[in-house]
Amino acid sequence: MTSLVETGIDTAKVKTGGALIGYLPLGFPTVDASVEAAITIARNGCDVLELGLPYSDPVMDGLVIQRATTVALENGFRISDAFSALEQITADVETPTLVMTYWNPVLAYGVEKFAQQLKAAGGAGLITPDLIPDEAKLWFDASNEYDLDRVFLAAPSSSKDRLQRAIEVSRGFVYAVSTMGITGTRSDVDTAALGLVERLRALGADHVGVGLGISTPAQVSEVLSYADGAIVGSALVQALAAGGVEALAQKALELASGKPLQRS
Amino acid sequence: MALRDELGPYFGEFGGRFVPESLIAALDELAAAYETTKLDPSFAAELTHLHKTYTGRPSIITDVPRFAQHAGGARIILKREDLNHTGSHKINNVLGQALLAKRLGKKRVIAETGAGQHGVATATAAALFGLECVVYMGEVDTERQALNVARMRLLGAEVIPVTNGSRTLKDAINEALRDWVTNVDTTHYLLGTVAGPHPFPVMVRDFHKIIGEEARAQVLELTGRLPDAVAACVGGGSNAIGIFHAFLDDPSVALYGFEAAGRGIDTPEHAATLTLGRPGVLHGARSYMLQDSDGQTMESHSISAGLDYPGVGPEHSWLKDLGRATYRPVTDVEAMDALRLLSRTEGIIPAIETAHGLAGALELGKELGPEAIILVNLSGRGDKDMQTAAEYFGILDGAVK
Repeated sequence: MTSLVETGIDTAKVKTGGALIGYLPLGFPTVDASVEAAITIARNGCDVLELGLPYSDPVMDGLVIQRATTVALENGFRISDAFSALEQITADVETPTLVMTYWNPVLAYGVEKFAQQLKAAGGAGLITPDLIPDEAKLWFDASNEYDLDRVFLAAPSSSKDRLQRAIEVSRGFVYAVSTMGITGTRSDVDTAALGLVERLRALGADHVGVGLGISTPAQVSEVLSYADGAIVGSALVQALAAGGVEALAQKALELASGKPLQRS
Repeated sequence: MALRDELGPYFGEFGGRFVPESLIAALDELAAAYETTKLDPSFAAELTHLHKTYTGRPSIITDVPRFAQHAGGARIILKREDLNHTGSHKINNVLGQALLAKRLGKKRVIAETGAGQHGVATATAAALFGLECVVYMGEVDTERQALNVARMRLLGAEVIPVTNGSRTLKDAINEALRDWVTNVDTTHYLLGTVAGPHPFPVMVRDFHKIIGEEARAQVLELTGRLPDAVAACVGGGSNAIGIFHAFLDDPSVALYGFEAAGRGIDTPEHAATLTLGRPGVLHGARSYMLQDSDGQTMESHSISAGLDYPGVGPEHSWLKDLGRATYRPVTDVEAMDALRLLSRTEGIIPAIETAHGLAGALELGKELGPEAIILVNLSGRGDKDMQTAAEYFGILDGAVK
């Protein structure tokens, strides 16, 4: 199986010493504007896209992302909009594009049908924040059938056995949660992130992305000194909400300047 | 296997742990600690002592013949959880979990609350054990249950109104889960119902099953036989599972859960999760829930803050699908009528949540006939609902409706 996201990360490592993984919610502020926003960050330094599916009960998200996804839902966002948006984005840019989704929308839509349409729309796979490998049988089957990446989370509190399992079942990368907490910008990325990535490496992980709390080029630089990808969400969403796509492009470029190797 | 022996994490195809990885270590720790303490005689002794000297257990049962005249003459017996300290069944679970939190070395407890009964019970236990306590409560509920907010604050708890989403119980749980993900090292999430990820549904059930165990023996002693039916209101389902559990393997005893139909199940304003919902994942477990075709949780509605929840505990979903328990909807109007009827015929003012179970029992009595014995869990007292009830009935001086 070929992993679009692993290929994207490997390419970024060769070119710039690591991947910037950018999160934006689909449907925010509108479906069309979210397409433009995703394309904007793909063209301004993001090597992998992580597009969030708005959900009514996002327990892993802090206020910035909650507010954005609430707007999307109030504007009538539907799962079918996610696929049409993805189709437009992946037709325009080659950046591997994951969808970040809580599990119930996938279950309600039908796991197999969701996977099939995700593939058809050019999506690379899913990040599933509230689905642990123990409960993921349906998703293993569907992602195998449609050759999709599947990103599971690893936490500083995860046992060795659980880290091992996350590495075995993840495809694309393992999402290392930098701190015990939810999404949002923080002044310093927890030292727990480094320890967690070291533990994952010792168990054989070759693609690790670090997320939660990363919002500055310096943090991107620090994280990419030991991980393969730095995941930024709230800082991008904040820029988009405050200043539209121009501010977003600027923020993405600024974050990308934290990558270890800079192209001339 | 006896139905009573189901230990989770799954009840048939319901239950499980649909939560962020960050919480798994804490859930594993909690499950292991619970398994150990469950077998530890000193834990059981400590909890029994507390129930005897603090909660006021065993709670009594009360025959209510004047009320029962309106139920086709069937004999109705109430299990008086309203007489527990803090005024509802919630204290049973709270004391158990607070003792467990202490054994886990946690210094801080957090809780969600809808009607405020669980929040008050948690604040009470925190005061008793010297724990820091934060209660998340939907902003809508802080308004309709202002008195309970004041009680929690008086007890030393911090009450945080939750202003996102539907601003009710569902969103209070989301916020408590976010707090827990962030502070899991120091904090125990004292979940107040039989929902959530494993081990909460089994653990909370086990702390409440004393209700049915006492009541089963009390009804046998009083009447010489088992009841024909056991009735309780169902939101998340903790008082219902508490009184059902001892009867699960008594095939002659029918079990009825009454959920909130709000303005009616033919309107969008209801909380009839088991009547109208579909299985899905909410708050860490697979169970019936109210959701749209995209899996977005739908907002529930009920005059009762404690039943205003679009999900339900996984064990209830299992009992429904097995056909072991029957779940029926009761409207706001039916519940409020039953609340007034019990007040006027028996001098007992029930909580609005509880009144749903009473309304259901009135109908059951007519169906089962005058020879029937119906045991109802009188899960909470109505003092906290006086504002809502007074406005509803237009009996507040100076505030004619």
